[in-house]
Amino acid sequence: MDWASASDIAAAVARGQSAYSVVEAALERIATRNPLLNAFTATVADRARVRARAIDDARAAGKPLGPLAGVPFAVKNLFDIEGLPTLAGSKINRDHAPAARDSPLIERLEAAGAVLVGALNMGEYAYDFTGENVHEGPSRNPHDTTRMTGGSSGGSGGAVAGGLVPLALGSDTNGSIRVPSSFCGIFGLKPTYGRLSRARTFPFVGSFDHLGPFARTAKDLALAYDAMQGHDPDDPVCADRPAEPAAPSLDRGAERLRIAVAGGYFRKGAFPEAREAVDRVAKALNVQREIEIPEAERARSAAYVITATEGAALHLDRLRSRANDFDPAVRDRLIAGAMVPAAMVVQAQKFRRWYRARVLELFKDVDVILAPATPCTAPAIGQQTFMLDGVETPLRPNIGIYTQPISFIGLPVVAVPLPLQPLPIGVQVIAAPWREDVALRVAHALEQAGVAAAPRPVF
Amino acid sequence: MTGKNDESLDQFIGAAGDALGLKIDPAWKPAVRTHLQATLQHGAMVAAFALPDDAEPAPVFEA
Repeated sequence: MDWASASDIAAAVARGQSAYSVVEAALERIATRNPLLNAFTATVADRARVRARAIDDARAAGKPLGPLAGVPFAVKNLFDIEGLPTLAGSKINRDHAPAARDSPLIERLEAAGAVLVGALNMGEYAYDFTGENVHEGPSRNPHDTTRMTGGSSGGSGGAVAGGLVPLALGSDTNGSIRVPSSFCGIFGLKPTYGRLSRARTFPFVGSFDHLGPFARTAKDLALAYDAMQGHDPDDPVCADRPAEPAAPSLDRGAERLRIAVAGGYFRKGAFPEAREAVDRVAKALNVQREIEIPEAERARSAAYVITATEGAALHLDRLRSRANDFDPAVRDRLIAGAMVPAAMVVQAQKFRRWYRARVLELFKDVDVILAPATPCTAPAIGQQTFMLDGVETPLRPNIGIYTQPISFIGLPVVAVPLPLQPLPIGVQVIAAPWREDVALRVAHALEQAGVAAAPRPVF
Repeated sequence: MTGKNDESLDQFIGAAGDALGLKIDPAWKPAVRTHLQATLQHGAMVAAFALPDDAEPAPVFEA
């Protein structure tokens, strides 16, 4: 079951495979591989064993099992896990009291039978696209451990791509699910803004924070996503709308969907491998149409301003009292963010509404827009700059140039992995608000066509 | 070497840091300046886009 998908594990457990043995094997893989990958910052082995035994007991008693029965999973360490301080990648939060209760998304996955095995490494306070962390050390890319996982959900990417667990949760404010999915070669879902509850997680930028799953198949994304849907009054942003399950329509294919490739800004700056990935997906889906997302570059700028300032507001007190305990790279960005004139932030939020209206117009004519997830494959750990459109550019803030204009208005996206050599890279499958089902259908169709796949690393 | 713009931004960073109650180590200033310059450039790009006076910001409060 080393590389088994979540759905295969759940099916095996339903047939009689011991959930305890599945979870024990996951814990062993973590013990063996984590010293290399540095994906986990904590395991909750005792709790996981108790839970796995309860699933085996339920099956023995003839009780129904959930759709994720016995599936080991882990969460970015900004999710509350009962009994652990919620680190959010920081040193400062190590002083926090242990969380009193799991985050609702953990509760919902466990209600579906999944088994939490631990907490995952991440960039400090999620202000990161690299997966590096000065306090814990960098999470390492399973396809080449000298390279970045991408961030900020770096441990989530490494844990799933490295085969430690088939399912993980992360957060995405400007690209933090889609970037590690791309660099690590796995599937990631950033749902519509407001779809999944963010209660009992450590925030970054309330205007853009999303949570979502990582997996090695589109079907696993759909199963996990369906299990986590539903209104939660504990998150004021969580939409009060009924669950809209995506798994039942996964096999409907992409033939009848109107699909276009994002041109202009989304072609500019992309490395050849990013273009190759989009071209392969477009060819497989028989897409010739190209559309322009208007003012995407300005949208990215507006996201940048709102991120810097909301992030700074969140951490201002900690910057006053414990500046030396931050990752310097994060601290200096947050300090700068505290000094940005308020007028710019208000203008950025006004522009956000204008841009949303224009992009929603596009979705009258198309169902899906394709764009690169990252401009390049995984850079080396520690790399500071890259050549973007022929200009040497700081790497850290610019990995998300293609993800930021999309999360800025909360559109649902599946990042699908293209198993290019020597390293994988992702493509964003972008749908209209609340149409995660459409993006997942396309991702599944690409997988069935043999175009998208999570490559298995060699250890 | 810092140019005139850098000097004026450094003065702004010093004054804003005082106003915000932030103690900024001089060694951090070049990085803070770089990040502030980048963010202000992004902000200027947004501000350059003409919107009507009655444009509503994206988040809308409901009483």
